[in-house]
Amino acid sequence: MSQLDPDIDHLLRRAGFGASPDDVDTYRDMSPTSAVAHVVDYAGRPDDVDERIGRPDHVQVSTNNLFAPDIDIDDARQRWLFRMVHSRRPLQEKMTMFWHNHFANTYSKLAADSGEKQAAKLLAAKPGVLRGPMGQLELFREYGMGSYRDLLFRVAQDAAMVIFLDGQFNTRGKPQENFGREIMELFSVGVGYYTEPDVYAAARVFTGWNLRESEGYTDNDMNAYKEFVYNADQHETTEKTFSFPIYSDGSKTIPSRSESAGLQDGIDLITALAFHPETARRLARKFWGFFISEIVPPDPAFVTATANVYLQSGTRIGPVVYSVLTSPWFNDPSAQHARFSWPAEFVVRAIKEVGWQNFSVDKARAPMSNMGQALYEPPNVAGWPLGANWFSTSTMLARSNFAATLASSQKGFLAVGLQEQASSPQALMAAMLERVTPAPFDSQPEQALLNYLVAGGPWTGSESQVSTRAAGLARLLVASSEYQLV
Amino acid sequence: MNISRRLFIRDGVATVTLGLAAPAFLADIAQAQGLAGRRLVVVYLGGGNDALNTLIPYQDASYYSRRPTIAVPAGQVLQVGSDAAGRALGLHPRLAALGSIFNEGRLALVQRTGYANSSRSHFEGGDIWGTANPQNSTGSGWLGRYLDTLPRPLDALAAWNTTDETPRALKSAISGVPAIANASTYNFASPNQGAAAQQERNTAEVMASNPAPNRPHLALVNGANLGAIETLDRVAQARVYTPTVAYPNNGFALALRTVAGAMARGIGSKVYWVSTGGYDTHAQQGAGAGGGYANLMGTLGDGLGAFYADIRNQGLAADTTVIVFSEFGRRISENGSAGTDHGAAGLMMVLGGSVRGGLYGTAASLAPGNPTLENNSGDVHFETDFRSVYARLLDNWLGVNSVSILNGDFKAGAPAIF
Repeated sequence: MSQLDPDIDHLLRRAGFGASPDDVDTYRDMSPTSAVAHVVDYAGRPDDVDERIGRPDHVQVSTNNLFAPDIDIDDARQRWLFRMVHSRRPLQEKMTMFWHNHFANTYSKLAADSGEKQAAKLLAAKPGVLRGPMGQLELFREYGMGSYRDLLFRVAQDAAMVIFLDGQFNTRGKPQENFGREIMELFSVGVGYYTEPDVYAAARVFTGWNLRESEGYTDNDMNAYKEFVYNADQHETTEKTFSFPIYSDGSKTIPSRSESAGLQDGIDLITALAFHPETARRLARKFWGFFISEIVPPDPAFVTATANVYLQSGTRIGPVVYSVLTSPWFNDPSAQHARFSWPAEFVVRAIKEVGWQNFSVDKARAPMSNMGQALYEPPNVAGWPLGANWFSTSTMLARSNFAATLASSQKGFLAVGLQEQASSPQALMAAMLERVTPAPFDSQPEQALLNYLVAGGPWTGSESQVSTRAAGLARLLVASSEYQLV
Repeated sequence: MNISRRLFIRDGVATVTLGLAAPAFLADIAQAQGLAGRRLVVVYLGGGNDALNTLIPYQDASYYSRRPTIAVPAGQVLQVGSDAAGRALGLHPRLAALGSIFNEGRLALVQRTGYANSSRSHFEGGDIWGTANPQNSTGSGWLGRYLDTLPRPLDALAAWNTTDETPRALKSAISGVPAIANASTYNFASPNQGAAAQQERNTAEVMASNPAPNRPHLALVNGANLGAIETLDRVAQARVYTPTVAYPNNGFALALRTVAGAMARGIGSKVYWVSTGGYDTHAQQGAGAGGGYANLMGTLGDGLGAFYADIRNQGLAADTTVIVFSEFGRRISENGSAGTDHGAAGLMMVLGGSVRGGLYGTAASLAPGNPTLENNSGDVHFETDFRSVYARLLDNWLGVNSVSILNGDFKAGAPAIF
């Protein structure tokens, strides 16, 4: 049994990445109510996690050269995993992951367009390190709990998004539909609530939303950058009519505007989409799957309640998340272990629970790709196929084998740490389950695990027996189907 | 033993059996040939393939006027003759290998495949092709429903998905499909050696065998876990494979090589799923034999060419059919970024040693106002319902009843590809 209140364990799996021994110390004496407040109101705690990269009592990063997470995507992946393991603001990283899936842009397309350095920078650059705007993920980190209208507006003007959905080719006379379609299909109302003519109109709305390069730009110059610009002379100025209201008076037509005023077209459409009731309901359904359950479809009452919070708060996400995490649906015991962990959730929780001594997050990079989730590389603009779709034989095998890699690296530490608590197979199992927290086992797998502990001979508790069996047990627990549920 | 050898030579697998005389292995082959017989390899082009630049109406003036930058010059196409409407057609110049298969009469090009009110959404479109249901694309897949008809217990490798995620077409409530993207990393690792490692594998198998009737979501993950463990040894066999030709070094070709290996080693899978992406060519498609789209065609043609040559050398071609499709075709006129936006009808390709090759259906006329077009003449209107091609494959190739699998009779108008 975990050392934390089951409701807090549940909260930390959903609003974070599980509980490390440090987290257990932080949350042990909190009530579930104050734990939610602590998790959600993270803004008061310093975002200092990056300063701890390289400290010996933290998970390691590996690099051949200088660690350069603002311009090297593999280093950026490591930095993000480090943050997930050690941030004192786990919800911030969790929401960043949510938005990364929601606004799914891929490193590979950006690299094909702008080279590897710029692509990493476009996605992952922290503000203030190099010249140019912050990377897309930093937008999510900074604004992911603010108003969705504001986030949508920032994303629409984010250089990575403009490149990813071909905005720089969207010109007067030759509107390019990619962004115009996806902002309705994926970023707001969803299929069924817009028409094909809406797509063509939206493409015209965003004509002229383009990029400019810094002076003397080259792909290889780490201080060079691309940033949003509104090219007024490429804006298509005729009026645009939609099938849904754009303005609060019910008008569906964005009026004809001069080129210089044409940026307002996009602001009007983004505002209309952010406040569209179907956007509210669609986000509510996504939050149901992300925070509450993937085995029960969204409760209509939840969708209505959550959509109302969203609309009444002026599309602010913070109050929506707080409402979700304090809702009766979240706190119903049946919601525990009712989600399928994403590979990032699985890997980070395993590291936090099994241990990270002398372990580098770099060892998770290739396995995560085999599990189906390379960070910064969602399979397409719709994001990763979630829920049960994470699980196939080869992705499960990748999870299973990551458990082996991790258990192998912690073998000696586990043996030392558990030697005192290994008086019997049952005692070792209980001690391991204090830190590694799968969903409850039925008797068949539980008995199989106990049998494993004595499969090499009767229990003696010798150092070599504990060393072998503790590592094997950790491997089996983390690779169990029960552990994949969060 | 001699008798067995002759039998295998007659069946054309002598090239792989030479030097691998282990009786268990021969038994596997014999079992596979009895069990499997015909197989279907599905190649999905992700993103919406620009069919008009795959099979090019190179005498249609509107093709050139509507695609001033991205049209393939008439002089570069690989001519494949004229269709029933008298429209001259040619393959993209980077599809030389497919041109050869066409000339051998083993490549069928089914033009203007699709369905009414074609979805322009990648995801809905892909699901419609997967479920074979334009009205409700959220259920099981057509190949999943085919697997459901196979005798129980279903062989764990009855189908083999070379991608990480189960595509909609293979989804089924009762027929799990293993995803084996890379046979060489398909193994079971352990922090221990020897007996302890083996005990871990055995334990994992017992744990995953828990039917968990009260927790279907747990049972589902157990299915993936158990499927992995149970297929480890057979997949290890397919790993050891020396192809008869060199495959290009890219993910698509290597997936096809894996498929050929599985076939040659007699794994017995009846359906293989392979996909290759990058077809969402909104920008910079390039023209003719160079540029982004040409690279896609090169990957496709060279990969399929190597695969077909390899399986033909192994005597496996006559029992193999490959179908190639995408979720939709693309807009006829190019956009402002020298690319094309989402369109409607597409092109299906069917190739294999038993396929009746040729041009099926008729090309659209791309002049605005022509009735072969839709969406204010922006897109190509479908002529052949894609489900009729599925029906032909199910009825005449896989030998099952398409009506029950497709939930309707789509035999009418099916191209006579077998």
